[in-house]
Amino acid sequence: MTATVAIARGYRFELVKLISQWRIRLLVLACWIAPALFVAAVSQQSTLPVDTLFGRWMHATGWAGPLVLLGFAGTWALPLLTSVVAGDVFAAEDRLGTWRHLLVAVRSPRRIFAAKALASLTVIVLLVAGLAVSGTVGGLVAVGNQPLVGLDGHLLTPRDAAGRVLLAWVCVLAPTLALAGIGLLGSVALGRSPMGLLLPALVALALQLAQMLPLPVAVRLALPGYAFLAWNGLFTSPAELGPLLIGIVVSLVWAVTATALAYLLFLRRDFTNLAYDGSARRAVTAGVLPLVALGAATVVAVAATTATTTGSGIEQDKVQRSVATAFAHLYRLQTKQLNRPDVTEAQLTATAACNRGAGSVAAEGPGNDWRCVVSWHLPDIEATGTAIYQLDVTADGRFAADGDGPKEVNGYFLVRTPDGDAPNPLWQFDGNVDLLPTAPKG
Amino acid sequence: MAAIHAFRARGITKCFGDVVALDGIDLDVAPGQIHGLVGPNGAGKTTLLGLLLGLAVADSGSLEILGTPVGRALAAPDGVAGFVDGPGLYPSLTARQNLAALAALRGRDSRAAAIGDVLDQVGLTDVADERTHGFSLGMRQRLGLAAALLGEPRLLVLDEPSNGLDPTGKRHVHGVLTRLAAHGTSVVLSSHRMDDVEALCSEVTIVASGRVVFSGPLGKLAAENGELDYRLLTSDPEAARRMAADTAGIGVGDDAAVLVVRALVPALDELVVRLVHANIAIRELAPVVSPLEAAFLALTEQPAAGR
Repeated sequence: MTATVAIARGYRFELVKLISQWRIRLLVLACWIAPALFVAAVSQQSTLPVDTLFGRWMHATGWAGPLVLLGFAGTWALPLLTSVVAGDVFAAEDRLGTWRHLLVAVRSPRRIFAAKALASLTVIVLLVAGLAVSGTVGGLVAVGNQPLVGLDGHLLTPRDAAGRVLLAWVCVLAPTLALAGIGLLGSVALGRSPMGLLLPALVALALQLAQMLPLPVAVRLALPGYAFLAWNGLFTSPAELGPLLIGIVVSLVWAVTATALAYLLFLRRDFTNLAYDGSARRAVTAGVLPLVALGAATVVAVAATTATTTGSGIEQDKVQRSVATAFAHLYRLQTKQLNRPDVTEAQLTATAACNRGAGSVAAEGPGNDWRCVVSWHLPDIEATGTAIYQLDVTADGRFAADGDGPKEVNGYFLVRTPDGDAPNPLWQFDGNVDLLPTAPKG
Repeated sequence: MAAIHAFRARGITKCFGDVVALDGIDLDVAPGQIHGLVGPNGAGKTTLLGLLLGLAVADSGSLEILGTPVGRALAAPDGVAGFVDGPGLYPSLTARQNLAALAALRGRDSRAAAIGDVLDQVGLTDVADERTHGFSLGMRQRLGLAAALLGEPRLLVLDEPSNGLDPTGKRHVHGVLTRLAAHGTSVVLSSHRMDDVEALCSEVTIVASGRVVFSGPLGKLAAENGELDYRLLTSDPEAARRMAADTAGIGVGDDAAVLVVRALVPALDELVVRLVHANIAIRELAPVVSPLEAAFLALTEQPAAGR
């Protein structure tokens, strides 16, 4: 009779091995300390990382710091962390020549797989939690617990901002898990080959490059890395939950599928061969091809669910609505700065008229040649106010609006307030276009 | 009632693609026996040990370990421990941590005393708290043996356990294995070092090209052997050389510096009696090549001859 090892004991064994590695210890330490120092240091600089979402608000509130970090983490840190942890958890045994030892001790390849997957998942969650907590602490200590300006210009109370920052970090766990699943698959399929270790980072890089291309909306949302961007939708009012939920579901489907494929490959490997470096043929037939099929299936499913097939999702009316909404919210902010009587968004009835290339090209799709003229009304004043913005709209729906005048409204980076000069919220701002079909917001 | 065999293999065949690693192996190992497995590289020794440890399953044949038939799953029955192709150790952990983690994994006694005891048995107490990445091959082998001892095995399977051992380490390992056998644990070990096998094992199996070419007690192997070369040192080498040449059934080597005689055991006995009667002192009489090594060479160079 064979008594296999309980998964809980195997899990603890794998955790002990992972935590005993100096590079994992270093990563844990770095993830729990470095973000706080980074956010605190950047928040004290005169030049802010305005190219990164929420970077321009780092002087204003501590809640911008963890979001800047989240944008950076989705691009670089999380793929690399998953590479180091999940991409190596099986390959390490190949490198050390300990598979036979482990199999004799545990007596169940299934339980070895489960213990390793759970242990690597735990370490990855620990690292992500460290990034989130550390970045938040750094921001709050350096700048303070102030309201956060959302991506449509509306003001989130510190409590609301805290909830959404936490939710955003939880949401990016889904694409991180997708990369971790791919990492497990690479680690199992490619053995000691460095490609196994690098696979999650390479896949993440490929997904980022794909997101920069003018892909149809259905393809963009069906990519497992989309949730690294879709958390942006949490910072609008109402929240753009459609793309975020789709992104999370797609990521989780990828995570489960890649992990299941890794599991099947692992059960079929030859433990008697010390020089086993993976089977290229098996990696393709049991790893790559099923994932390609999954990619195609998710594109079809997303297209059917969202009723979108072709097109970028960036359309003139959506851009106009987004710009006008953000302008109205930020105008109220500027009004408050200038100590003027408050006006509501409803009173302003801001609208935007946007085109591309001075009307020479169709007003849709990504590009840096968008131009918008925003109009608004003030109570008891007959004249219509107008302001001009140059827009750079990227393929993922994010835009940066650059004020082009008049100087008193949006043409200069400072406004003169009773307390002295202050940053002009209408000068430049970031926004987001919901790529899915939407009804006009009230 | 007959004692349960440590393991009983019948017609075990194992192939890797076109390569036949084991070809109809029949083998029994009794409880409390230290059984040596010898054979040339690629003979199938490690594959056989791997089957005992549950690292692979046979393509055909039946295998019963500690009274339990082995199924198709990759898992060794309870009571089996050991290693093949070197012990598995984690270099980022100390020797003690390696053993503690393994003990906790198997739900065994992971208290310091239990760990300390097995470390002491293999002579690694002094380096117990050092990380294993700096361990020599011999130290790794001894720690691997300590790891196997943690499971209190009834069948211990060891692949080349003497590799890299210095004389002290060898003494520790031999002592541990002998004590285990005395307490009823069966030990199956493979080795290319015939002196180790002769010193430790009561029975030996010689494998060549995946087949058993001999299996039985070492004495039987010596008896079945043909003539052997013996080195003979005496108080009067010239007289001894003449006497050997005059003795029926004895051939004398050409080397003038050292007297080497080739003989069967009865002829050698006759020569010894004659030397003693002639008042010639015998200072050394030893086979140039051990009986096991001679049998190994004879049997494995002509595997087709069978047993």
